[in-house]
Amino acid sequence: MNIVSQAVAGTLESNDVLVQVGPSPGGIQLEVDSIVLNQFEDQIRQAVLDTARELGVQSARIALNDRGALECTIKARVETALRRAGEVSP
Amino acid sequence: MRRSLLFIPGNSPGMLQNAGIHQADALILDLEDAVAPAQKDAARALVRRALQALSYPGVEMIVRINPLGSGFTQADITAMVPLRPALLMPTKVSGPGDIQQVVAMVAQAEADSGLEQGSIGLLPLLETALGIENAYAIASCDPRVKAIFLGAEDLSADLQAHRTRGGEEIRYARGRVVVAARAAGIEAYDTPFTDVDDEEGLLQDAALARALGFSGKAAISPRHIEAINAAFSPSPEEISYAREVMAAIAEGQEQGRGAVSLRGKMIDKPIVDRARRVLDQARALGLGGDL
Repeated sequence: MNIVSQAVAGTLESNDVLVQVGPSPGGIQLEVDSIVLNQFEDQIRQAVLDTARELGVQSARIALNDRGALECTIKARVETALRRAGEVSP
Repeated sequence: MRRSLLFIPGNSPGMLQNAGIHQADALILDLEDAVAPAQKDAARALVRRALQALSYPGVEMIVRINPLGSGFTQADITAMVPLRPALLMPTKVSGPGDIQQVVAMVAQAEADSGLEQGSIGLLPLLETALGIENAYAIASCDPRVKAIFLGAEDLSADLQAHRTRGGEEIRYARGRVVVAARAAGIEAYDTPFTDVDDEEGLLQDAALARALGFSGKAAISPRHIEAINAAFSPSPEEISYAREVMAAIAEGQEQGRGAVSLRGKMIDKPIVDRARRVLDQARALGLGGDL
């Protein structure tokens, strides 16, 4: 999937995460801000990268503002933002 | 057994992750009214990921899907069927034709997911005047229909009636839904009581629903679950009386008596059937000690 536009998913409510996605010149550019960054940064980054790989996204700028979301919530919000910003390759 | 069915908004991560702790017999994960049209995709992804990752031990999972004509039904079914929820709840069901359309989509999704045909049951939500009038046709049109559910808020709007605390405006609909379900050999579930802070009103509403023959009742607040579970569980007095009935029947049979009476009243088949149901339910709930 190619990321061709800007898109947002999720919220800043507790247990949720706001995900902003846009095109990137190359690779996955990931920014993470989280209330649990010190404890879970690696796991959060891994969840985002796993989801991008699952959707076949190789290039995207992805920014997260995490309010303590579970891994399944992070994956769901990243998936939604990527699908909203993407177009399926022919 | 579904005494209580708790609605959980499908796009609320906090409520989804805590949904299993409220002692509800079933959760209804809502992709319909609780989700804004622009967030349907987000809710679908969230519910799917939550059902894959989280465990809700002892709680039955039901997913409320968007109605035919909304443009979301097919996507909801395609996303939810592989997760094997116990039931899907089609909304604004007005006749058996609606069920047949949903059944065709569910059957295709089952085939695509490698599931056995008929794995996913349906719990149609009857919330239109036409749906209530067609209740028996809906309840009996397909073996996937395991129960029917009365939705009073949309129904009242369709009837141009005002919702009241006592529910006089849905008296006919409640009776109709219960009769249709029982005639079709399936269960019926009652609409939620929507005033979260009116505990006395909830108790009266749940007691009325049980007295009418509903098997359980929905809730929009976790605070209502305990009262609903109590209302739809056999009371100690009911269990005690049911035991007396079964003992009297056993004694009568031992003595070769055709007619048996208890507390001055004849015990006939409906009374015995009811006693059996009470004891079966008590046993399933672990109530009443050694039954």
